[in-house]
Amino acid sequence: MKEVAFFAGAIGALGGAIAVIALRNPFYSVLALIVHLISLAGIFLLLQGEFIAAAQIVVYAGAVMVLYVFVAAYVGNVDEPLWEPIPGQRFIAPLLGVALFAELGIAIVGSGLKSIESEGPTVKLGFGSPEAIGKLLLERFLIAFEAASLLLLVAAVGAVILASRKRSGAVEGPVG
Amino acid sequence: MDITWYLVLSALIFAVGVAGVLLRRSPLVILLCLELMLNAGNLALLAFARSLGNEEGQVFALIVMVVAACEVVVGLGLIVAAYRRRIPLNVDELRSLRG
Repeated sequence: MKEVAFFAGAIGALGGAIAVIALRNPFYSVLALIVHLISLAGIFLLLQGEFIAAAQIVVYAGAVMVLYVFVAAYVGNVDEPLWEPIPGQRFIAPLLGVALFAELGIAIVGSGLKSIESEGPTVKLGFGSPEAIGKLLLERFLIAFEAASLLLLVAAVGAVILASRKRSGAVEGPVG
Repeated sequence: MDITWYLVLSALIFAVGVAGVLLRRSPLVILLCLELMLNAGNLALLAFARSLGNEEGQVFALIVMVVAACEVVVGLGLIVAAYRRRIPLNVDELRSLRG
């Protein structure tokens, strides 16, 4: 049963990932990424990351992707020219991807770690539940939590400044 | 299911993301491919958290999600700003920092 769920999720996640880079319209790429994220949330559930899976769907597939959809609709279809700055980029890039996967695969299989050759130890009830994650986040990783909130604030202010229209009275910077 | 399966899936998604960054020219799609790579990292973090039987890896994954959200917000802000100024949205033509 677990195998079926894993392979269903893996096919969804991998198919979504390949569709993101293969589809020519950015809008469809965004939709493919949503499929990828939801499949990945299912795999997170198999790894007993209940809270992470919920956050993945609510924060990622919900909020962040809405942002992407708006920008993709606003910017419209960007036509990518056939001209290549690096000759043969179209063929070299997938080749490099395959080479990287081979390297990572060798690293994973050749690591000889005993712990990854099993399902992992039996864990107590409530592993990965909001209660457990919240306790860790507010006790042991409090500084990371606060730093993350500060980072979000800075990013929000930065985005507002970056994307804001110039006011009519504002001084125009040099253009060109 | 061995944890190795999850790690191999994570490596596969990461490689697809890298190939996408190398292949595509639209900054929007490149941001999407960065998301793919960050998600692959998250999957590996969760897999190791499960294999070690403690939740600290999951907290890491949550922080990675926050950083990814910040990166998306700033990146999309840059794309919208570039579009408003009629700058072509093509990373080959965006390589110099001249306005």
